[in-house]
Amino acid sequence: MIRVVLPAHLQTLARVRGEVELEVSGSVTQCSVLDALEARYPMLRGTIREHDTRQRRAFVRFFACEEDLSHESQDALLPEPVALGREPYLIVGAMAGG
Amino acid sequence: MTGVRVLVGTRKGAFILTADGKRDNWQVSGPHFAGWEMYHLKGSPVDPSRVYASQSSGWFGQLIQRSNDGGATWEPMGNEFTYAGTPGTHQWYDGTQHPWKFARVWHLEPSLTDPDTVHAGVEDAAIFRTTDGGTNWQELPGLREHESGPRWQPGAGGMCLHTIVPHPTNPDRMFIAISAAGAFRTDDAGVTWQPINKGLKSDGIPSPTADVGHCVHRIAMHPSRPDTLFMQKHWDVMRSDDAGDSWTEVSGNLPTDFGFPIDVHAHEPETVYVVPIKSDSEHFPLDGSLRVYRSRTGGNEWEALTKGLPQKDCYVNVLREAMSVDSLDPCGIYFGTTGGQVYGSADGGDNWTPIVSHLPAVLSVEVQALP
Repeated sequence: MIRVVLPAHLQTLARVRGEVELEVSGSVTQCSVLDALEARYPMLRGTIREHDTRQRRAFVRFFACEEDLSHESQDALLPEPVALGREPYLIVGAMAGG
Repeated sequence: MTGVRVLVGTRKGAFILTADGKRDNWQVSGPHFAGWEMYHLKGSPVDPSRVYASQSSGWFGQLIQRSNDGGATWEPMGNEFTYAGTPGTHQWYDGTQHPWKFARVWHLEPSLTDPDTVHAGVEDAAIFRTTDGGTNWQELPGLREHESGPRWQPGAGGMCLHTIVPHPTNPDRMFIAISAAGAFRTDDAGVTWQPINKGLKSDGIPSPTADVGHCVHRIAMHPSRPDTLFMQKHWDVMRSDDAGDSWTEVSGNLPTDFGFPIDVHAHEPETVYVVPIKSDSEHFPLDGSLRVYRSRTGGNEWEALTKGLPQKDCYVNVLREAMSVDSLDPCGIYFGTTGGQVYGSADGGDNWTPIVSHLPAVLSVEVQALP
């Protein structure tokens, strides 16, 4: 079970509170986790990744295990603690604006 | 009519103001979508309970929300706005060509006859349509692909299609406006478009009378006279009596003819409202005095409406989407400010009252008369 933490605005949009738990089949990558997230919560499509390119939106960041994974390949394997559900995968709204 | 519902979009959420027909006792609900920029909310003319909202954020992009109960509850709808084909380029601030890129939805215009059909005006400028209540959106590419498209350029707020005015009886005819390209009209339901900017004069562009490039801020029409259009341009208040084929200036005795909103009285097609502000570089009222100007002669002769509005130390702006009129009798007028006030007048503008005073900056105001 993969644990995902959404930023507050997206928790409201998806009507969830706290962590989201997802089943991810096959390799646990950022792409497969985000695919599973968007399949469970279709209203999140386009809010984390661009519709057309499926690239991370500019002011969204991906953290896990105290590392910034935002610039890693979406197809790279996530750290083992995330894949095993011991650590959450964090989707974060970048610090910007007012 | 039993009352009115005023839909207010702000920089940090949406608010819904309701009152009975007297319009003197208001209930406020919100913020809906707290923290999000709400560029525009508008109800269906044929089903007032059906309301569409444009919700956006620099972090999380564009969302479309729909309510089937007058804004009590909401459902996120489709948010994929993909340009048809290869989008091409338009002129950028530095004069180079820049790829068309979707940023946000500025304006939602529900159909006059079908609650599931809505047109959306977007930045970078294009028009989209849904016919399934907001689930899917398709571009009407004939506008963006107009031969003048590569000469369009963004205004300071972005290259936005901010105004959509449907013809009241002819579904094939529609008017739109883009900053800073100008006004366009379709006579074939959006397949093809023609610029309708003859008579406009803009000193801020290389050729002041060019066919495109004008910074049109807003267009308004009274449904009983669909060939008569009123326009607030960057500078100048304009009028057309031939469906936009030609325009004449009707700024008349206005103290300044710079402004953003313009609207027409619900029952008097020659009564027009504007909110002049000082200049293009000072977006606030002259002398700190907030005044709506009304013309009962279709322009040229304007009177200041001040009763109930702050007449000193007022330095707010009223944005293009932030004025609306209701269809009750007497006609109600509403506008919102960048200072978070929404003012209402239940007597055609003679007297004004702040309905709310401390909202986030107001981006849009739409009013619905409730059956």
